Amino acid sequence: MSLETVPKPIEGASTYVDDRLGAGNFLRRNLRKIFPDHWSFLLGEIALYSFIVVLLTGTFLTFFFKPGMAHVEYTGSYGPLQGVIMSEAYASALSISFDVRGGLLMRQMHHWAALLFIGGMMIHMLRVFFTGAYRKPREFNWLIGVLLLTLALLAGLTGYSLPDDLLSGAGLRITEGVAISLPLIGTWLTFFLFGGEYPGEDIVARFYSLHILLIPAILLALISAHLILMWVQKHTQMPGKGRTNENVVGAPFYPAFMIKAGAYFMFTFGVIALLGTFAQINPIWLYGPYSPADISAGSQPDFYMGFLEGALRLMPAWELNLFGGSGGTLALSVLIPALVPMGIVMTGLALYPFIEQWVTGDRREHHIADRPRNNPHRTAIGMSAVTFYGVLWLLGANDEISAFFHISLNWTTYAGRFLVIAGPVITYIVTYRICLGLQRSDAAILSHGVESGVIKRLPHGEYIEVHVPPHEAIEAHMRGKEAIPIVSGGGSGPDGRDDIPSRGMRGPLGRLRAKMSAAYGGEKIPLDDGHGHGGGHDAIGDGSHEEHATVGQDGEDKSLTR
Amino acid sequence: MTDNNHDIEQPEERAPKRVIGTPSPAASTSLLGQEEPRRAEVVQVPGVIPQEEATARKGERYAALCFLAAFLGGIGFVVSYVVFQVGDLETTRVSNFALGASLTLALLGLAAGMTTWARMVMPKYNLVQERHSMASGSETRSYVGTTFVQGANESGLLKRPLLRRTLLLAAAPLGLAPLVLLRDLGPSYSDFPAKLRHTVWGQKTKDGKQRKLIVEGSGSPIRAADFNSPGGILSVVPEGYEHDLNELAKATLILIKFRPEELKSGTNLNWTHDGIVAYSKICTHVGCPAALYEQTTHHILCPCHQSTFDAADGAKVIFGPAARPLPQLPIAVDEEGYLVATADFPVPVGPSFWERGDAEAEVRENGAQQ
Repeated sequence: MSLETVPKPIEGASTYVDDRLGAGNFLRRNLRKIFPDHWSFLLGEIALYSFIVVLLTGTFLTFFFKPGMAHVEYTGSYGPLQGVIMSEAYASALSISFDVRGGLLMRQMHHWAALLFIGGMMIHMLRVFFTGAYRKPREFNWLIGVLLLTLALLAGLTGYSLPDDLLSGAGLRITEGVAISLPLIGTWLTFFLFGGEYPGEDIVARFYSLHILLIPAILLALISAHLILMWVQKHTQMPGKGRTNENVVGAPFYPAFMIKAGAYFMFTFGVIALLGTFAQINPIWLYGPYSPADISAGSQPDFYMGFLEGALRLMPAWELNLFGGSGGTLALSVLIPALVPMGIVMTGLALYPFIEQWVTGDRREHHIADRPRNNPHRTAIGMSAVTFYGVLWLLGANDEISAFFHISLNWTTYAGRFLVIAGPVITYIVTYRICLGLQRSDAAILSHGVESGVIKRLPHGEYIEVHVPPHEAIEAHMRGKEAIPIVSGGGSGPDGRDDIPSRGMRGPLGRLRAKMSAAYGGEKIPLDDGHGHGGGHDAIGDGSHEEHATVGQDGEDKSLTR
Repeated sequence: MTDNNHDIEQPEERAPKRVIGTPSPAASTSLLGQEEPRRAEVVQVPGVIPQEEATARKGERYAALCFLAAFLGGIGFVVSYVVFQVGDLETTRVSNFALGASLTLALLGLAAGMTTWARMVMPKYNLVQERHSMASGSETRSYVGTTFVQGANESGLLKRPLLRRTLLLAAAPLGLAPLVLLRDLGPSYSDFPAKLRHTVWGQKTKDGKQRKLIVEGSGSPIRAADFNSPGGILSVVPEGYEHDLNELAKATLILIKFRPEELKSGTNLNWTHDGIVAYSKICTHVGCPAALYEQTTHHILCPCHQSTFDAADGAKVIFGPAARPLPQLPIAVDEEGYLVATADFPVPVGPSFWERGDAEAEVRENGAQQ
């Protein structure tokens, strides 16, 4: 059966609503709103749907959880801990696990969904970064994203500490040790946070209200803003046939995108249920109640805190006493790892769109996503940051690494100290070269076609493989590449007109900007200039380079392209 | 901001089945408030590529199968909730698996069904919509600008400084109010340093005796004569504060028995008893309990960040991020032969804080003067 007209009941109801809200105007504009398709556009949705699952399961948990630190004797049904003195919080977390039907499932799903939420955000953020989808007009949404990630880490930290088991207590102790080391305000902050000495009897209740009210409320508001901006600005799309900076090509919101998004929500929810059922997470009953006197070996935080943990482990034992015996203690071995990596990553993320805009002088709107290879410096910078983060993250588990691979614990630390500096540099160079290589391979495909698998024998006996032009969709995808602008006045405009530097470009900052711009921008490997591959590569590299950069202003770039 | 402009996008894809001249459904239908109901015609539209009927039929069957599985999963969840009780490890495990597996089946069944529906039954889309620059036009901008100026003038805020200044004056203290309210989150500042510098080991017990060292967990005092096998180690808490977490966070000890000749110069021998040494168990890095001990090397290792201390040599740092040795507690035996603390730690225990200063240097200086 197919509909001929809008059915009466729906028409009646919608007329009722429209008379009062004028919703028809909104629906007219948005029912068939187009959403472009690409697998990588779904990564952010993982985070969104996980957040919904976190809210649902978290609400269930609040019905049973008691955020108190008063000491009680455990009388619940988990045998091994019966009669043990513990906090109300831990006792109620145990009761959720063993005395509430579905409680364990909800607890585990909550934890898994939280991990997926943060993991999804990170992967989504990498996608946005590497495709340059943060560029104008989407800078605000990028900044909201950075805020969201920071808040999500905070949400994770406060939630992790609530069950008040031995493992979460270790995390809390480290948090306290870091907070108290802050210069000037450290002791204040700690005594105010804990309501006195560590651990006190307030922290679980305080974290609880942050974790279930303040942080989620801000998260919810920011996520709504994030989605509204995405909706208003429309999604970016990958380069391809018929796709321009002035259009969106894809499937309509109603009905296609709705159904797909609904299915994807169910997938995310289902996978979280699967993990919550079969992949045990945070079995708090094995850890026992928290005591600051105890710890178990191999204590690990959740994955998103791993990079901070690794930084703490890597740091040499530096400490200063500015005023000798009378105070001014700077625990650099705590301060640097706690603040610097997080500072580099978050500040770097927040500022990157604006730095890139300054370097390239590019003030245009961008709605076509970049392929990562087509902006080699950005991709290399991103991969360096990933390596920096990754080394720290890996070293957060150096005790496990050393136990598993039977290598000296101390050497994992020494190696980490070296790698955290050298790794990003090596990654930068390697990534840059790979990007140029991929650009060359694109150029070769466009100018020579793809191997057809057909071998032809020429009259004089030579065998050649016949190359055919690439599929038009692939060709269009590749031709979506566009030269990265170079700031005018840098003396290296694409058509060579900008030989006289403008006033602003003459100072030292301007010259630096021109240099960076020349290195960052331009067309490294022109698509239609590829005269063969193999032996011809060097020539391509150099040729393109000299075409777009004035001699004498591009020292570093030359060394990279050659 | 958006509009429904479904341009022709890929002629070769629509060519075979397209009915020329038919309007797009978006142009011809509108869901709401029509005076005369219009017809939503099911026709071929550019950019909407219908599925083959055979594919669609197959998709319908697959999707229906998935939805049936999801239905069974949903029923299974309710049934599992009623049938399986929780209580001990085993029943909880069964209940968790039954609930979780049925929930997973229901959710993934729905997901798979909806995906099949979207991919095999619904058309493929290649619709195009125009994008416009985000900026509003210059006319709008100048209108907004003029209106803003007009409104600002009408408000009188610029013309009447008294109004403006008193308003700001009124707002300023109100902004401070929430901060003031936060003051009672913590105790008064005069408490901080004392609390951080002293532990309960420095206080006599209620009956005026020196405080005994108590084995953590068992709660029994330690007779020095019984703790006599070299290499032995105990986790120790202060008498009377066995369950006081605030005190345990500062006063917990690691007690190690050495052969007297194994002890090196870093250890204060006056504070030991017959090769028994007591160090703070709270790591000087960020405060984890430094709980691991390696007998052969005399190394104390903190499992959190692997700071390593040489227990035979005053617990000095030999590896890791901790910057200071674990403070040593002066101990002796009382008249009954039990280990007791004779004084507090000479320096603050645990992580560094701004007001701490180089307490170790002070202790050394005082020692030199004596």
